[in-house]
Amino acid sequence: MARMKFLCDAERCIECNACVTACKNEHEVPWGINRRRVVTINDGLPGERSVSMACMHCTDAPCMAVCPVNCIYTTDDGVVLHDKDQCIGCGYCFYACPFGAPQYPRLGNFGSRGKMDKCTYCAGGPEPTGSKEEYEKYGANRLAEGKLPLCAEMCATKSLLAGDGEVIEQIFRERVDQRGYSSGAWGWKTAYGEEVSKS
Amino acid sequence: MLIKRSDRPVRQTHLAAFAEGQGLARLDRRSFLRRSGLAAAGLATIGALPLANMRKARAGPPPAPGATVEIRKNVCTHCAVGCTVTAEVSNGVWIGQEPSFDSPINRGSHCAKGASVRELVHSDRRLKYPLKMVNGEWQRASWDEAISAICDKIMQIRGTSGPDSVYWLGSAKFTNEGAYLFRKLGAFWGTNNTDHQARICHSTTVTGVANTWGYGAMTNSINDMRNAKTLLYVGSNAAEAHPVAMQHMLEGKELNNANMIVVDPRMTRTAAHATDYVRLRPGTDIPFLYGLMWHIVKNGWEDKEFIQSRVYGYDDVLKEIEKWPPDEVERVTGVPGAQVEHIARLFATEKPATLIWCMGQTQHTVGTANVRTSCILLLLTGNVGKPGTGANILRGHDNVQGATDVGLDIVTLPFYYGLKDTAWKHWSRVWQVDYDWFVSRFDSKEIMEAPGIPLTRWFDAVLLPKDQVHQKDNVRAMFVQGHASNSITRIPESLKALAKLDLLVVVDPHPTTWASLSVKAGRKDGTWLLPACTQFEAKGSRVASNRSLQWGEQIVKPSFEAKDDLEIMYLVAQRLGFADKMFKNIKVENNLPEAEDILREMNRGSWSTGYCGQSPERLKLHMANQKDFDLVTLRATSGPAKGDYYGLPWPCWGKPELKHPGTALLYNTNLHVMDGGGTFRARFGVERDGVNLLASGSYSLGSEIQDGYPEFTYGVLKKLGWDHDLAPDELATIQQIGGDKADAVSWSTDLSGGIQRVAMKHGCLPYGNARARMNAFGVPDPIPVHREPIYTPRVDLVAKYPTRQDEVQFRLPNIGFSVQKSAVDRQVAKQFPLILTSGRLVEFEGGGEETRSNPWLAELQQNMFIEINPADAGERGIVNGAWVWVTGAENSSKAKVRALVTERVGKGVAWMPFHFGGWFGGEDLRPNYPEGADPIVLGESANTMTTYGYDPATGMQEPKATLCQIAAA
Repeated sequence: MARMKFLCDAERCIECNACVTACKNEHEVPWGINRRRVVTINDGLPGERSVSMACMHCTDAPCMAVCPVNCIYTTDDGVVLHDKDQCIGCGYCFYACPFGAPQYPRLGNFGSRGKMDKCTYCAGGPEPTGSKEEYEKYGANRLAEGKLPLCAEMCATKSLLAGDGEVIEQIFRERVDQRGYSSGAWGWKTAYGEEVSKS
Repeated sequence: MLIKRSDRPVRQTHLAAFAEGQGLARLDRRSFLRRSGLAAAGLATIGALPLANMRKARAGPPPAPGATVEIRKNVCTHCAVGCTVTAEVSNGVWIGQEPSFDSPINRGSHCAKGASVRELVHSDRRLKYPLKMVNGEWQRASWDEAISAICDKIMQIRGTSGPDSVYWLGSAKFTNEGAYLFRKLGAFWGTNNTDHQARICHSTTVTGVANTWGYGAMTNSINDMRNAKTLLYVGSNAAEAHPVAMQHMLEGKELNNANMIVVDPRMTRTAAHATDYVRLRPGTDIPFLYGLMWHIVKNGWEDKEFIQSRVYGYDDVLKEIEKWPPDEVERVTGVPGAQVEHIARLFATEKPATLIWCMGQTQHTVGTANVRTSCILLLLTGNVGKPGTGANILRGHDNVQGATDVGLDIVTLPFYYGLKDTAWKHWSRVWQVDYDWFVSRFDSKEIMEAPGIPLTRWFDAVLLPKDQVHQKDNVRAMFVQGHASNSITRIPESLKALAKLDLLVVVDPHPTTWASLSVKAGRKDGTWLLPACTQFEAKGSRVASNRSLQWGEQIVKPSFEAKDDLEIMYLVAQRLGFADKMFKNIKVENNLPEAEDILREMNRGSWSTGYCGQSPERLKLHMANQKDFDLVTLRATSGPAKGDYYGLPWPCWGKPELKHPGTALLYNTNLHVMDGGGTFRARFGVERDGVNLLASGSYSLGSEIQDGYPEFTYGVLKKLGWDHDLAPDELATIQQIGGDKADAVSWSTDLSGGIQRVAMKHGCLPYGNARARMNAFGVPDPIPVHREPIYTPRVDLVAKYPTRQDEVQFRLPNIGFSVQKSAVDRQVAKQFPLILTSGRLVEFEGGGEETRSNPWLAELQQNMFIEINPADAGERGIVNGAWVWVTGAENSSKAKVRALVTERVGKGVAWMPFHFGGWFGGEDLRPNYPEGADPIVLGESANTMTTYGYDPATGMQEPKATLCQIAAA
């Protein structure tokens, strides 16, 4: 069984935002909701680096632990999904998430939140696979088609990797060996409780 | 725990079948690389996944039940990297975009723009139907009404002011077929006032590079940069301007442990990944490059053999190099001496080395001299004509190389034939229209052979006194098809011209800033907006930066009432009364000329540039078999296109039947000409002042002439005794063209292709084998010299390095010298102490109206801003994110923007992105747009602040070095 993970190689990320618009395009995500974004540190300074961030589909996802209605679940592939029919938009998951992944559409003028939205790893949601309902609530289900998340597939520099954890770890490790240095797989320790292992 | 609620019937995808059929074990390193690592991971995953949830592949909104999903391939319409776009279409609707893993250029990747192109077709902010301005209001019009009213007005202007008073401003967004047709339209109309974005993009590159070694284009390819050991970026921010190119650059950098050196006034996102970053003062590229050469010559690192056999004018350049010792370089550029020496050592000794440039070099008053200096550095170190070397010039628009090649230009007919009567006669033969008829279309034979007015000066051609415009009358009508107005400098001046024009026609998917600024200028009528479709709604070929031609399929039919560019041109030609002649050999169906037929006509006339072998059939074959092409060499190793280079990068010599593979690397003597080998072009004679201009002892592999040789003519073939190799029909064509001067018929005018075929049969390049010119006699500043920007803060350097004297160029006076002198005399630099330069953001493109209308992109950059160094901001009490007023050195120009306080720019330098528009002088012009067609994001245009300055060889504008002041708003 595959264990799906994301890995952003900061040596390659050029903050081109292809991942961000690919996500918008694939799922027709509305203005104001950003399932994926690129974060830059040391902007304009020597040592500037960017990483593309979204829900990392954590092992032992903290959002799941705090959800009062148990709407968040993990699939057999290790993808963390949720059921919008159950979600009450309480925002607990946002506070629990170390990556700032959960998003909420704003409803009305008093900051009331709509149902949580986040990266689905292009794996849809609990509705019937490929149905109109699934698409409208969660977006496309690429995984069911044998495809990977579009953000990673379209990454300009092959910085953002998606796929089975062991395979993308291997790709990253080869790169690190080639370079002779490692800047680490950002967020892996937090999300998966482990760094990329040494080769 | 929740699980899936349904188990739908399974239909495996081709990917799954692939994974199952071949298994991961069969996935060798090559396929692994091709599928980019990611796809391989995908396959691996699928192999391991329970396939129970597999279903028919599709993405985006689900298609209607029972509807089929078709895959169509086109090419991204944003930059010239040339990424394939794979579209899923159902019921005529573009429902999803998939990665194009098979393309050797993008391997599935896109940037923010490429990953969002589907929106461009669906956008509800497009122009939906023709509009005309009536009494200051936009009103809907029909196409019939629009075409007849516009053409009648054009004919009226022709009657009183002559054909040159109508300016035909075309587009690098056209397909090759569109750009060629637009130039042809200009020729049949009777003017050389036909231009497009290359003028403000790489016109200086084309002129500078072609005058050095023969052709004005990137010598190698983006893929070939994987071979480089040293990559020197001078004026290119590839990470934002050509993001997918960075994939090849960064992978190459990792694999070769390569030096990646970025030279730029800003520490760009490209510089963030460099091994060395050099900050120089804007406009001092020439001193920096000569500074490198000073060290190279001093240490004997130059490639002596290369220079001896393949270079002309080295001694002349040496004198100039000697003027740039380290202290003078540092005084002018601000780059420390030790850093210059370090970079010189890397570039000259860690080979192969390539020089990459973009707008940072070209968009200057000294643009042509800049790129020529870059070429000289490459020649000095022998870094041309081999893998991993070369002038890797990253072109801007998706088809700016192609539109340049097909001659949508003021200085030439298609394919660089020039404007002399020999050129006109060549095209008269190709078009099968009488030469004398063309003469009758122009005001005079003299003006027919005189370069037109550059688009950078269209407003000067409207506004200057009639006696200063060297044609019959001022420009009175602008017919603009696919060109922004805010990408042109000196917007305050253009505003005055907009008010004065008799007619303004804008043909574009969007209203553009032509519309909003024309209302601001006070136009109440005589303005038309016609909706053109995007290239995703049309078919045709476009040329990537590396000279590869890619054929795009029509993905969906044009939205709303939008029309294909080709159809619009046909309708105009028809109404103007010359459609029968113009489309004599082109099939037209329902007013739409057939793209394939137009390409075939180009094939028949484009011998000079080697566009003769790329038939539509061959291009389509390549698109259908992308997977067969090698990632690094771009050559097909199997399949029906085996042996060809991807996209048949020009020159692709001879007729299509000859199956020339295209030329992936220009001037590569290590290959046979029939394998894409080449020599420097013999374009400038055989000797000068007794000095040989032809190569000595250098020739391409398999050449029967093992030395330099001139370009081939029938006469040369006869002298060599090779004329017997001509087939009878080829000979007949040559004799028919040449008449009693058949000996003069050349490889570029022989419509039979026989001379090319025979030359190549003997292993020779049809265009000859010459030396590249370090001394480009005939070009202004044949040995490049430093000249201070017209508006420079370093007034102390102006006396020693002044700009060129005033002169009439391209029908207009270029008074740069007077402007510079006046600026120094008036001490403008005291009032405006900051250097203002400009550049790109990854999210937007060009003038930006299209991309700023796309919500997926607009959301990422919602405000126009200016980058200012913390020291400069501190002195002015400016905080990050605050509104500031930027004031400029001409026309009391001003702009209200946000401040981005950052060390990305050095002290004394400010930077603006050039994609914004729709504001002017602090005023929001949103009400000026037709209702519903205003871009989501508007902002001040950088070019409101830019100032006078034109390259003497091309009319290039100066958006990269001027002066400004910034104050808190």
